[in-house]
Amino acid sequence: MKENELPRIIGFLCKWCSSAGADLAGVSRLKMPASLIPIRVMCSSRVDPVFVLKAFLGGADGVLVAGCHPGDCHYQSGNYYTRRRFALTKKIFEELGLDTNRIRLSWISASEGHKFVNVVTEFTENLKKIGKNPIETEVFL
Amino acid sequence: MAKPLVAFYWCASCGGCEEAVIDLAEDILKVVEAVDIKLWPVAMDFKYKDIEAMEDSALAVSFINGAIRTSEQEYMAKLLRKKSGLVVAFGACSHLGGIPGLANVANKKEIFETAYKLTHTTVNPKGVYPQTVTEIPQGKLTLPEFYDTVKTLDQTIEVDYYLPGCAPPPDLIMNAITAILEGKLPEKGSVLTVDKALCETCPLNKSKPDKLAIKEIKRISEVIHDPEKCFLAEGIICLGPATRGGCGERCINANMPCRGCFGPTKEVKDMGAKFLSSLASIIDVDDEKEIERIAESVLGPIGLFYMYTLPSSILRRKQGV
Ligand code: SF4
Ligand code: SF4
Ligand code: SF4
Ligand code: FES
Repeated sequence: MKENELPRIIGFLCKWCSSAGADLAGVSRLKMPASLIPIRVMCSSRVDPVFVLKAFLGGADGVLVAGCHPGDCHYQSGNYYTRRRFALTKKIFEELGLDTNRIRLSWISASEGHKFVNVVTEFTENLKKIGKNPIETEVFL
Repeated sequence: MAKPLVAFYWCASCGGCEEAVIDLAEDILKVVEAVDIKLWPVAMDFKYKDIEAMEDSALAVSFINGAIRTSEQEYMAKLLRKKSGLVVAFGACSHLGGIPGLANVANKKEIFETAYKLTHTTVNPKGVYPQTVTEIPQGKLTLPEFYDTVKTLDQTIEVDYYLPGCAPPPDLIMNAITAILEGKLPEKGSVLTVDKALCETCPLNKSKPDKLAIKEIKRISEVIHDPEKCFLAEGIICLGPATRGGCGERCINANMPCRGCFGPTKEVKDMGAKFLSSLASIIDVDDEKEIERIAESVLGPIGLFYMYTLPSSILRRKQGV
């Protein structure tokens, strides 16, 4: 990845916490890299592993799934489900030759604008080190 | 009236699908009576050139089993497509990639190295590998090209219908042949069986609790399975919830969990991902460390979740190899 090139991150943010946290970061005018393309979902548990795989096939360098803190999910237990699904998705990811550092799960509440900025900044830095998504550049069929 | 002309062909397959045709037992006589077989390499002697000489669409139907792994298979699939009115993908390998498709976790180089060099029973000090062309004093010898990636039949040619299963059960084969002969086929692109999950018709379903909750994933060899109990309820991975029904619950009735050879139902794009989601919903553990441990306990997740469907999955193969 070139010096000033930004990775492309697809972020699935739950409406009730993480997306609200992102909005808070925005209205507080906090600075962060413009690397995240946010997609608002009703709950982090709405994120089907298919969405994650499709994002990579489409050339995303990283995928962030963010939801309410454990115990705080608007639908009570959605994020526990997300966590279990994420652990299994990571295994599949690894076996299919993709770097598990390209997917990240974070709990960000509606009041954590700063945390949102930190997560995106840190993830962006990590992805810069790992480099571009190899799927895009490789002929694999 | 002239009998409809039919071809059977095999690509990257184990021969089991050919056996499935023979397994029609007496019914095969009805088939042989009703059609005129023009190609069937496993059972009869025909030449490719006879097929090449035919007019386009002269064959009423070609049944093609096996995945596409070599240039010869690709050539024959394309030839049969041209010469046939209908093409039926016969069996899991052709339909979804099947067991040969699991080789998509490696590439040609790794496969050749393992098969022709590293296995204990191979002695190959000169490192001789199959070549597409070899010159010998008597002339030129050729072999088909071996591809890096296994493909399904419909990633190679247009397919009209799919007969699912590893191998397809005789009743579905007979239904398909009858439907073709009588011109009573469903919508093009259909999988010729039901479109509902195996669990719906599984005899063990009634033993399934309303809410499945497991604390551990177990291998079939680690438990004494109660033949009356749903496998998933016992913590044994069974792909029934993500698999299309219609097989007659063959594995379940033999006291084995389903491995998904019928593939997913119509709406599902990636069977492994779909099953993984449903599995995550029944693991009754919230502690983070414990979840990691359970995920680690799943041995060979690709072989388990994508046993028959890796080439037809979203990523199709392992990346970066
Ligand atoms: S579908 Fe099963 S029986 Fe048929 S060729 Fe493939 S592995 Fe063999
Ligand atoms: S999970 Fe398996 S054993 Fe249980 S009902 Fe479904 S198909 Fe039957
Ligand atoms: S139970 Fe599952 S693996 Fe067994 S034949 Fe039926 S669909 Fe195939
Ligand atoms: S609503 Fe935020 S994780 Fe469920």
